[in-house]
Amino acid sequence: MARQLIDQFATTLPADKRASVYQSTKATHEKRTKMLFDQFADPNRLRAIAGGIKQHVLEHLDTYLPAVEAKLQTNGAQVHWATDGEAACQAVLRIMRARGATKLVKAKTMVSEEIELAHFLEKQGIEALETDLGEFIVQIDHDHPSHIVRPIIHKNRREIATSFEKHGLGAYDDDPQTITRRARQFLRQKYLQADVGLTGANFVSVESGRIVLVTNEGNSRFSLAAPKCHIALIGIEKLVPRDRDLGVLLNLLARSATAQQLTVYTEFIAGPKLAAQPDGPEEMHVILVDNGRTEVLASDCKEILRCIRCGACMNVCPVYRQTSGHAYRSVYPGPVGAVLSPLLAGERFPELADLPKASSLCGACHEVCPVDIPIPDLLLRLRAKGKSEGAPLAGVGAPPMGAWALLASQPTAWKAALLGGKLINYLPTKLLPIPPLRAWEKERTLPEWRGGNFRKWLKERRKS
Amino acid sequence: MSGDREQILGRVRSALVPLAERAPLADWDRELVHVRTIQPATDLWALFAERLKLVNGTPLTTVAELVALLEQNNWRRGYCDPALWPQFKEAFPATFKVETAYDRTRVDDYDFGITAAAGAIAETGTLVLTDAGTSSRLAALAPWVHVAVLRRDQIQADITAALAALPADPNVIWVTGPSKTADVEGILIEGVHGPGVQVALLV
Repeated sequence: MARQLIDQFATTLPADKRASVYQSTKATHEKRTKMLFDQFADPNRLRAIAGGIKQHVLEHLDTYLPAVEAKLQTNGAQVHWATDGEAACQAVLRIMRARGATKLVKAKTMVSEEIELAHFLEKQGIEALETDLGEFIVQIDHDHPSHIVRPIIHKNRREIATSFEKHGLGAYDDDPQTITRRARQFLRQKYLQADVGLTGANFVSVESGRIVLVTNEGNSRFSLAAPKCHIALIGIEKLVPRDRDLGVLLNLLARSATAQQLTVYTEFIAGPKLAAQPDGPEEMHVILVDNGRTEVLASDCKEILRCIRCGACMNVCPVYRQTSGHAYRSVYPGPVGAVLSPLLAGERFPELADLPKASSLCGACHEVCPVDIPIPDLLLRLRAKGKSEGAPLAGVGAPPMGAWALLASQPTAWKAALLGGKLINYLPTKLLPIPPLRAWEKERTLPEWRGGNFRKWLKERRKS
Repeated sequence: MSGDREQILGRVRSALVPLAERAPLADWDRELVHVRTIQPATDLWALFAERLKLVNGTPLTTVAELVALLEQNNWRRGYCDPALWPQFKEAFPATFKVETAYDRTRVDDYDFGITAAAGAIAETGTLVLTDAGTSSRLAALAPWVHVAVLRRDQIQADITAALAALPADPNVIWVTGPSKTADVEGILIEGVHGPGVQVALLV
């Protein structure tokens, strides 16, 4: 049986990386769960409410998008729209060219990863520097983030110290404190020299047009304190109806992502700086980005657009914990990525059609999701889509089910098979020359055959 | 582009057409986000101070305490909001060099920055800063120590109350402790791009 691509990748992952991804995702997940259930009387109801708020937004985007556009304009921001990644990149470039700007500092935004903005700008001769510590390290290493909240969960301090040395950020020193201080010194000069600060948005309130940004490091604050122009790149699904609803979402986001009551910096941006304020942007632009989202909205997987990018689903996922994020070959890894990445891929869906199969459907991702996305259901719908569209990758690794179907549809044959199954307990299965069985047993132990017990129990129960 | 706007809105509308009904906006009660491990407080400053310490922040109640903290660590060069400086000046010994205009060409010359807070949230130990209340965004962010000057009557009980009272200001920032990261091997390091020491000074 051919291995799925994700399994092939997992076999190449060094054991120490696998162990560190496992440990840190597990620790974050456990802290998150304890905090939510200690602090709130009914965290599951809270998740359902949050999911309801976001679902309501998705189903009213036709009125909410023009409404938020008007609010943003009243607040003094210029609003741009971009159907795809290319249009969004061009919009950033136009704004920069109009100002004669050549340097940009960037806070962490997943949509900019999606559209590969930094690469695009660099090709246009614009310096586009990541400022989140993890994203900065990813950038100087020409690597990719492997987790949406912890981009360098796959790297250790020795690798980071080596690349700092290579990039002229001091002699080799792998103390995490030293690494952080060196990035601090280097990046603060970059903020001060930059013409433009680019951010994403965690939420945008339709009621007030406030853009909400959360960071722990303070990099988005710095990007809005030193440069004179602010560009916010925002996916069209990021809206919330009212400021008040942020109470539900902010409480859930920080706890789900990093087990914090609140992220260190929660910023509410409503336009350029005040005239009396010496620092910060005089000009503000908002780019509303579609890039495949309206297609997802039209599909039977629209619930995935509720996602608030907390990473809780990857932290709890048994597949992510074993494979790490690069195995998903896309910007969004883990369970959310297994749904979102193939959908956002558009015509390139077949290339990622195996991702919905990278799940045991255990349901842990749904159980932790702060916006209650039924991820396992969506994975099943995407598996069906892959099959019905005949995407070759959607079939790789699927065991042959023909014999099973034959048995399961004929009660007599099934009963006979159950009796025969007992023989397995006496067979040296590891020695049988059946390649798929050998491959399977290489990493697993076949449990003892106990088939038929249920039928026996049911028969006796009916008698009594 | 304006063509992009019409295209996106058109796609959104056609995506929503097949829906027989649309999800209503559910209302929710503030009890839902009540943190039950926190005892109701009559003294909001006391609760705020306790919660601030939990996120490694530093609550202080006198200028003398602030001066002692700065002296102890040899943090003697700083910035102070010109509107606040007259009331603090007396307490600072002559060994301090405090400026009331922030020079962005010398960001590394300031050990501390003193600016006014616009509010606080007791439940989370959060300071609220605004553009109108902060004399310099950079001075509140770039120095190693940030001192936010807070009045007792500015403290809100919880996040719900603070959201209901969000100031009409283009840059409201909730600050919950010092700047931090756990990007390198999950180890907590404070003072990444923002302050490594976050002080709330009650006046």
